[in-house]
Amino acid sequence: MKPAKFDYARAGDVADAIRLLGSTDGFNKPLGGGMSLGPMMNLRLAQPDLVVEVRKLDALKAVTEEGGYLVVGAGITHAEIEDGKIPDTANGMMRFVAGQIAYRAVRNRGTVGGSIAHADPAADWPTALRALGAEVAIDGPDGARVVPLSEFQLAAFTVALEPADIVTALRIPKLSPGAKWGYYKICRKPGEFADSIGAVVHDPERGRTNVVLGATDGAPLDVPALAEAVRAGTAVEIDDAKAALAAQGAVFDDYGNQIHAVALSRAIKGALAS
Amino acid sequence: MSDTGIGASVPRKEDRRFLAGRGNYVADIAAANEMALAFVRSPVAHGRIRSIRKPDGAENRVFTADDLDGVEPMRAPSKLPGYKPSDFPALAIGKVRFVGETVVACVGATRAEAEDLAQAVEVDYEELDPAVDMLEARRPGAPLVHDSWGDNIALATRTDGDMESVKARAAHSVTREFRMSRQAMVPMEGRAVLAEWNSRMDQLIVHTATQVPHLIRAGLAMFLGLEQRQVRVIAPDVGGGFGLKTYVQPEELVACWYAMKFGRPARWISDRREHLIADANCREHHYIVTAHADEEGRILGLEGEVTVDAGAYSIYPFTNCLEAAMAGGNLPGPYAIEAYGVKTWTVVTNKPPLVPYRGVARPGVAFAMEMLVDAVARTVGREPHEVRMINMVPASAMPYTNIARKTFDSGDHPGAVARAAQMIDIAAVRERQARDEPDGRLIGLGFGSYVEQAAHGTSVFASWGVQMVPGYEQAGAKLTPDGGLELRVGVQSHGQGMETTLAQVASEILGIDPENVSVIHGDTGLTPYSTGTYASRSIVMAGGAVSRACEVLVERMRTIGAHLLQCEPDQIRVAGGRVMGPGGDLPFSEIGRVWYINPEELPADVDTDGVEAVVGYRPEPDHGTFSYSTHAAVVAVDPDTGAVEVLDYVVVEDCGTMVNPMVVSGQVYGGAAQGIGTALFEESPFDESGQPLASTFADYHLPGAAEVPAFRLAHMVTPSPHTEHGIKGMGEGSTIPTPAVIGNAVNDALKRYGAEVNETPISPRRVLAAIAAAEGEAA
Ligand SMILES: Cc1cc2nc3c(=O)[nH]c(=O)nc-3n(C[C@H](O)[C@H](O)[C@H](O)COP(=O)(O)OP(=O)(O)OC[C@H]3O[C@@H](n4cnc5c(N)ncnc54)[C@H](O)[C@@H]3O)c2cc1C
Repeated sequence: MKPAKFDYARAGDVADAIRLLGSTDGFNKPLGGGMSLGPMMNLRLAQPDLVVEVRKLDALKAVTEEGGYLVVGAGITHAEIEDGKIPDTANGMMRFVAGQIAYRAVRNRGTVGGSIAHADPAADWPTALRALGAEVAIDGPDGARVVPLSEFQLAAFTVALEPADIVTALRIPKLSPGAKWGYYKICRKPGEFADSIGAVVHDPERGRTNVVLGATDGAPLDVPALAEAVRAGTAVEIDDAKAALAAQGAVFDDYGNQIHAVALSRAIKGALAS
Repeated sequence: MSDTGIGASVPRKEDRRFLAGRGNYVADIAAANEMALAFVRSPVAHGRIRSIRKPDGAENRVFTADDLDGVEPMRAPSKLPGYKPSDFPALAIGKVRFVGETVVACVGATRAEAEDLAQAVEVDYEELDPAVDMLEARRPGAPLVHDSWGDNIALATRTDGDMESVKARAAHSVTREFRMSRQAMVPMEGRAVLAEWNSRMDQLIVHTATQVPHLIRAGLAMFLGLEQRQVRVIAPDVGGGFGLKTYVQPEELVACWYAMKFGRPARWISDRREHLIADANCREHHYIVTAHADEEGRILGLEGEVTVDAGAYSIYPFTNCLEAAMAGGNLPGPYAIEAYGVKTWTVVTNKPPLVPYRGVARPGVAFAMEMLVDAVARTVGREPHEVRMINMVPASAMPYTNIARKTFDSGDHPGAVARAAQMIDIAAVRERQARDEPDGRLIGLGFGSYVEQAAHGTSVFASWGVQMVPGYEQAGAKLTPDGGLELRVGVQSHGQGMETTLAQVASEILGIDPENVSVIHGDTGLTPYSTGTYASRSIVMAGGAVSRACEVLVERMRTIGAHLLQCEPDQIRVAGGRVMGPGGDLPFSEIGRVWYINPEELPADVDTDGVEAVVGYRPEPDHGTFSYSTHAAVVAVDPDTGAVEVLDYVVVEDCGTMVNPMVVSGQVYGGAAQGIGTALFEESPFDESGQPLASTFADYHLPGAAEVPAFRLAHMVTPSPHTEHGIKGMGEGSTIPTPAVIGNAVNDALKRYGAEVNETPISPRRVLAAIAAAEGEAA
């Protein structure tokens, strides 16, 4: 289990990274914490010609507040979020989510940008940040742009990035103090990838209520009917969640139908109780 | 009891290096000019090889079966009537029979280079229908794994019982079907080999991660066409085995062949992916069992059908029919049953070979039998532990020969159940169960019991028809010139703590501090022959042999000591590491000095074999020891997610005399943790085309710290009447009942639905499916 031969470069800054990624015709990849790319290269599922390390770039380690947004550099690690090293503008939700990702050794290196770019359906940030209404800041050969996460996530392991693009930051709307959230992850063991994730953010003051289902076989799924129930303050039982998913054509196998409904129902109960 | 002899919880000597990261494993050993091996493995479960294209310019670096001159396919014969042996080639010949089978070998200066070459090899396969499920593979007309066999049955056996007479008296006949899924054995260190040819010694020197160095030597010599004196097998530190490291591996043969052919050392270190895909698997049993019981729940008769999925090839040396043989012989468990009939089938399929894993067949057996006992208890409306106790062989009946002709040597089986029941506090659990948990989970209580035959001797192995029958276990004991002790044993310690416990046995006899004892093991060049470490045999067999060898040293030291102390030999006592006479005493170093350095001081009648002895030992009778245990657990089941949490777990066990109680507890913890793996997590599933679905740890789940409860242990001690010091084997035992204990607890929790889960691992999916099935039936 050794990777195929590849070249390695450490970018000096974002512009350098973009230049390096575009410098050859080959298959070039930015490297964040390497917690997903590393195993894929070892399994030879990914055989990039050039790997450009970006995780320590100043721009990717920056955390700033811009108006209603907390802007979290793509190179911020799960552990830094778990440890409260970035401001808490999500009423504790970010820390809660970060602490449940994998185990500490992975959290020490894995980055929020890498997680969003990798877009594993079973990963935590794609679902949690979608519930928070986050946007993705991207820089590339054609300049910088900002894309809402809901437009960025196209399918499992597929996102709206062009070959020499990098994710520079996640722009996360701040929650108002009274906002509620719920997050329920079903997995075989702590630290495993999820079998199902229910994520709920209810911020009436800012007019944002999202209910998102993760760990399906595609991109995270908004469940508007359940968001409606949350807005109305109605309890959502397992069968209600099942019905809502079925009504929007989200049908899985028996096990999936059950646990996705449970994750949503429990996340909503958690949010309403908070 | 001394504070370093038998019964003392001496901290494990070997842990000093292990805990400091200074172990010395195969992968830590380098040889000059070595080459790394990587393999092209079959991507199809069943197929014919049409063609193999080697990359251009890769002569002498890429090899197929045609290149392996002088290498014979591995064949493990059995004397059992009707057994069909299979040839397991080092590299596939003509046909491939499981995904992961070695087809082409590539060498490079590094493993990465070897993998680059492997990636460039092109193999064209004609895909054939695979035999994947053992029950379908057993049927006539199934695709044939071995064309010449005519069917897929390696061995079928049948034992008839007088069922009619018990059926007439039985109030209930309870039938259940059980399945224990195929799984991997997951030692921390994977398989590993480094082979080199040593011209000076005229010897192939093979460092390999094995539990059975002497058996591997025999196998390598046979399949490579060498004399055994030309093969030295060294197992350095081995990071766990559990059964996985008991067979000759195709990769090992290729590494040896390359080292001989090209005169350069060859290394192959298994990676986790090939481990999970291509290494031998374990378990995979299917049962249909019926208990004929009276109104009280007393089981009068037991009938069973056992099918074992043995995978594509029989492994060397233990063959692929030990599992079924053990299953057939062990199904009655610790119970006094009047009539017993069992049919077994060892079925081959297009999956990796099967080898016995810690517990050997009995975790499957106990899963079937112990869950059947609970089904009987539910049928007659009694507490499962009571039904166990009335069915067990009572202490007063020991020794007892059961219906499967096993002679339990000693012990109080119902006493262990009673103790476990008390520790788990049945009344409190039942009370909690009756209340609703605040989180909606359901509480369940489960028991499981077993009797574990261990250290099976000559007659038992001979009856299984295998080639490698253990005989007299030998140990060497040698006093060094400065009064230290070297022990040489042919078993291998890879987690059992034998560098400590065998030194404790020596300490018991000689009074020597274990700190001054070296235990030399795992090297055919340095140790007496032994069939190795498996079947919970090592402390019984090698421990007994060490004890006897040390006793011989005592005699030899007496003669020399008496001369030096000017008394009669029978006035001499050897204790506390000293030779003591009526008028004075000497340290061992004085004896060593006189024998080695100043032999002019020796008495004229000294035993000329000196202060070194190799002594053989075998308990009589040699049917093995019979440890036993009862486990009990409390679980919480989430009926919405199907998740199971183990809340409490108690173990009451009796392995006779404990050489080191702390090591015994450690073995119990580790085994029970692996049992929880089987019960709740571990599974190597295959799709209908025979593709393995768990090829990394993302899909193959192991229990971790969060899933394993703090086991609560109690030890009972009934020394064996037949073995040296009363020791019984215990290394494997605690894996045996665990899946049944958890299964019974889950089914107890689900009884309000009338749902039962009868297959491992008891995954959330299976729990929810069982509830849905029961609700479907009710509706
Ligand atoms: C054992 C284990 C358990 C895990 N469990 C979980 C879990 O429970 N939940 C969970 O959410 N995750 C889990 N993960 C994944 C982990 O969170 C990873 O860190 C994450 O998926 C990827 O982050 P990374 O920084 O390591 O990215 P990398 O592995 O470096 O990269 C991943 C992909 O993203 C691309 N990429 C990286 N950074 C950027 C960037 N700035 N711009 C554009 N593209 C980029 C890379 O090119 C690559 O394609 C687990 C990982 C492991 C090894």
